[in-house]
Amino acid sequence: MGKLIIRNARVIDPASGRDEIASIVVADGVIEHVGADTNSPHADVIDATGLVACPGFIDVHTHLREPGREDKETIASGTRAAAAGGFTTICAIPNTSPVIDSQTGLKFILSRAESDAVVNVIPYASVTRCQQGEEIVEFGDLVHYGARGFTDDGHPIMNAEIMRRALEYSAMFDVPILDHCEDIHLAGEGVVHEGFYSTKLGLKGIPPLAESVQVARDVELAAFTRGRLHIMHVSKRQSLPHIRRAKAEGVRVTAEVTPHHLTLTDAALESFDTNLKVNPPIGDAADRDALISALLDDTIDCIATDHAPHTDIEKDQPFVDAPYGMVGLETAFPVLYTSLVKSGLVPLRKLLEKMTIGPARVLGLEPRGSLAVGAPADIVLLNLSQEVQITPDFFFSKSFNSPWLGSTLTGAVIMTVVSGKLVYSHRQIIEK
Amino acid sequence: MMTAALAEKPSKFAHKHLLGLEHLTAEEIELILDNAAAMKEIFTRTVKKVPTLRGKTVCNLFFENSTRTRTSFEIAAKRLSADVVNFNVATSSVAKGESLLDTARTIQAMGVDFVVMRHSCPGTPHLLSKRLNMSVINAGDGAHEHPTQGLLDVFTMREKKGRITGLKVAIVGDISHSRVARSNIWALTKLGAQVRLVGPATLVPREFEKLGCEIHYDLRKGIEDADVVNLLRIQLERQRKNLFPSIREYRLLYGLTRERLSWAKPDVLIMHPGPVNRGVEISQDVADGDHSVINEQVTNGIAVRMAVLYLLSGESATEANA
Repeated sequence: MGKLIIRNARVIDPASGRDEIASIVVADGVIEHVGADTNSPHADVIDATGLVACPGFIDVHTHLREPGREDKETIASGTRAAAAGGFTTICAIPNTSPVIDSQTGLKFILSRAESDAVVNVIPYASVTRCQQGEEIVEFGDLVHYGARGFTDDGHPIMNAEIMRRALEYSAMFDVPILDHCEDIHLAGEGVVHEGFYSTKLGLKGIPPLAESVQVARDVELAAFTRGRLHIMHVSKRQSLPHIRRAKAEGVRVTAEVTPHHLTLTDAALESFDTNLKVNPPIGDAADRDALISALLDDTIDCIATDHAPHTDIEKDQPFVDAPYGMVGLETAFPVLYTSLVKSGLVPLRKLLEKMTIGPARVLGLEPRGSLAVGAPADIVLLNLSQEVQITPDFFFSKSFNSPWLGSTLTGAVIMTVVSGKLVYSHRQIIEK
Repeated sequence: MMTAALAEKPSKFAHKHLLGLEHLTAEEIELILDNAAAMKEIFTRTVKKVPTLRGKTVCNLFFENSTRTRTSFEIAAKRLSADVVNFNVATSSVAKGESLLDTARTIQAMGVDFVVMRHSCPGTPHLLSKRLNMSVINAGDGAHEHPTQGLLDVFTMREKKGRITGLKVAIVGDISHSRVARSNIWALTKLGAQVRLVGPATLVPREFEKLGCEIHYDLRKGIEDADVVNLLRIQLERQRKNLFPSIREYRLLYGLTRERLSWAKPDVLIMHPGPVNRGVEISQDVADGDHSVINEQVTNGIAVRMAVLYLLSGESATEANA
């Protein structure tokens, strides 16, 4: 593999604090040099004048649906969506059919990623067999074959004893348990956040307690077991004090938040748009504001998309019948840039930190997520003034279940480089 | 054929669908009530039928069991000379796994003009109205709205009390799961009544205060000095979810008896959307007593539904009078 020079970009590397006009020199798939321009006659050159260059985004929470629901997404389509969204590394949630809970399943994901993926795919495995919440999986074997995290996402681990043993056992291998915190009894038949809008619209509510009591339980268990705990998609302000206090006490806990919980409120439900039906449900304005504050003060470590593709057939149903989830890989940056950075709520560098080195640290992937010399050359080029129209055609994903359909956002992903190779450029995937 | 009182042009009613009362103005609600009064006059004739909707087809599409509402719409449509079909969901292609929208598209392709829909999920009539060209009338979407019930309730109150403004109206029971309560709240607050919601804390969410309602957990305080008490049916399935401990305790705390009736104004109206649990939310003597207008509500329901069909038809007044 030869050399690539990205010339004259505004290079932002949150890991090092760099923010300057510079060139990035890539050799053999790794960062060789960042700084003043160098002449290299045999290099491929990208003129990035007017663009931001930063480490490729990392998503610790992506549903790729393969195996099982290839009509919604595959490793091929999902990684193309990732590339188009500026993500160079994504982590595959194991709630597929079958569930990834064994060496066999893990090897399938890795082999499909090898043949079909255009970005890095990191596999997770479930915490319990078939995500039944009863018997823990073979953590040692699964870590050996490449699992970097364990999650029963979608199926809350209600039995605290199982969660305790999972945290205790997995700590031997220094891998995190990523928990979907939801007390299923408190959640009941709820489909949206319990509050003014659920009351007004007659939709059954999920109280914020359904999340916060599980977060409180989990940080207690993590403190006791010294296991590594990652709280997925924190969505309610009541959960944040538990995380904040645990971090202050040195508990090994990290947390993620989604673009939709950072930018939307339950007021949008007036439309009955089933693309707003997500689990955990979108909270109220006070939740959104508290989540933004928690992102700024590092209570929340990273942004994760919870990219959850569903077909339009499934979403075009009565609200209660439609499945939970929205796609997120391709809208993440424009949504966050428009709602948080352009509006002045979050500095650009902070946003990029939470999409690059932040998630890398959650899983221990560094120097990925940075532009350090020797790091894999995973780079994204962004145009901060370009508008994007969100239409079904915008998506490389097989699904387009997005509440932003029909909107115009600011902030476009122009090119995506994975291990020094250009995989996405100007609305085109560069096939192998 | 039509009475002079019905000269209000339907074109004043700039809606194709009736999905709820939340998005109607006070004037639009009053327009419906005025038209319902004119419709009610037809009931006293020997031939209780006018040709207003001749050639139009109304389809009742009920995904939840209902006899009274469906029958009321059917009679209303027939008195306007529309053709009525009842789509039986239990024996239809829905039972074979057809999607809701495909079922609705099929009905539309058969040339139906109005679809009257009941569904257990809030927002489902809204989904249909966005995707199809037929007029959609919400006959109850989960706990969200039941606009024609709200209209017939305020119609009955206005008929009996001569006004809505300033009335103290207590709605007693399971407010949380009630579409009737929500549609009543919208209509009553828009028309200037004071609304009190009365029931156990588990069934009366505080959030309703933001819609301008008073919340009461004590029946006496809730119905004190009330002009109208509207009782809702209490459902046994709520007890299974521990929203209240027993029917016995519900009756003890919230059952309306003749003795408790004295807490309200001497000329209080007692209303109930039905079906009534006699001896639970209301005692036998109160249900059948002088204050009760429960049967008149049913009669008025037909007049209100005729007015809604008429106004949504968009026919000009001239044609309607032809």
